[in-house]
Parts: sequence; structure tokens; C-alpha cells
Amino acid sequence: MNGTMTKVDIIERVYERVGGLSKKDASDLVEMVFDLMKVTLENGEKIKLSGFGNFLVRDKRARIGRNPQTNAEIIIPARRVLSFKPSQVLKEALNKETGGA
Amino acid sequence: MTKSELILKLTQTRPTMKLREAEAIVNAIFDSMIEAMQRGERIEIRGFGSFVVKEYRPYEGRNPKTGEKIQVHSKRSPTFKVGKELQERVNAKRPKDGATPPSPAQAGSGTPPAAATPSGAGSATPPPSTK
Repeated sequence: MNGTMTKVDIIERVYERVGGLSKKDASDLVEMVFDLMKVTLENGEKIKLSGFGNFLVRDKRARIGRNPQTNAEIIIPARRVLSFKPSQVLKEALNKETGGA
Repeated sequence: MTKSELILKLTQTRPTMKLREAEAIVNAIFDSMIEAMQRGERIEIRGFGSFVVKEYRPYEGRNPKTGEKIQVHSKRSPTFKVGKELQERVNAKRPKDGATPPSPAQAGSGTPPAAATPSGAGSATPPPSTK
């Protein structure tokens, strides 16, 4: 069935495709790319990766929710959420070979 | 931050790193992720999040104006779910009342504060941590 790609697999691909890197280099650099992205998002800044998609940090206001089991009202505090919007290129890439039109 | 800014930042992490090399690395990462999703694989990057390709089955719809039958093709769409660590980090630096981020309370059990406050339920209904 369909597998799961993990960071190890990404490191392997980078090692294969980018010449002149040791496996350790590839591992450190992939780690670094995700760290740079995390720090950027942590600071509330969005990331726009052309051909892949955009990661956006959005502020949600506090609101009153309800526990459906006890019916008790609870305050859902203001919070930040991260969302991903795939690029048109990615959406097309996923659909062009799936038998459909 | 755009992809080229990400590439530029990557070059600054090592004195020997050339722009072309950093570009090749960043492209290899996202190209390989796209290829995995094309194969229908999910992607799990610990500490960051996971990508799952959601499949929508084809169905027969109707044009609401003419009543004409139309075939809606199957399609696939990527979804992203933020990882726990990144969600917490994103939330911790929230600006508003952000001087004291609510991190120390959830050191041990990672129960989300919003869901874990049933006022009358006590210990009878633990938060849904079993999956």
C-alpha cells in the first residue's frame, strides 16, 4: 500500500540528487531547512514556497465553546494556528496522473 | 519568507555553502516531497507536521441550472496537519498577552488546555488521549 515518507527519506533523496554532500551533510542541511522554517513560522511570518504552497500563521480570537458531553461553557483562548495552502502547481501535479481528466 | 530567502538563509549557516548548492538542496527537499505525494504517500516530518493526500472519489453531479448530468472527476488534494512541537512554538510567541506564554503547565502530559477543562466532569472523562 502507500507508504510514508519521513525525514530520513528526504535526506536520502537530497544525498542522491545534490552532488558533493556526505550523508551527514545532507542530514544536517535538511534539518537546518526545517529549523529555519520553524523559526520563521514561530515568529508569525508566513512562508511562500513557489511550486509547493504557502504556510500561514493566523491569529484566532478567543471564543466561547461548549463541552458537548457536559454542556458546560468553556472559553477557548485566543491562539495561533498554522495553515497550509497548496500551490496550484502542486494540486495539478497530484491530479495529472490519477487517471482523471 | 519566500523560497529564495530560505535558500539565502541556508547559505548563511555554513561559510562554504554556495548559493547554487543551497538552491539544489531546497529544491531536492520539496521536489521529493511532491513526488512522494504523487505516489500517494503521506509525509511525516517530526516536529514540523504531516502531509496527507486526500482522495475525492468521482461522483455524478448535476448542473443546477439545466439539470444536465455531469461527471465530477476524482481528484486528489494535499492536506497539512501541524505537528505538536511546531503548534506549541507558534502559539507560544503570540503577541497579545504573549509576555507569559502558557507553557509550564503542560510539561508532562500534553493535554491541550482548551479541551481539558470540563468543569463538572472531574476524572470520570479523561481527555481523548487514546487513539
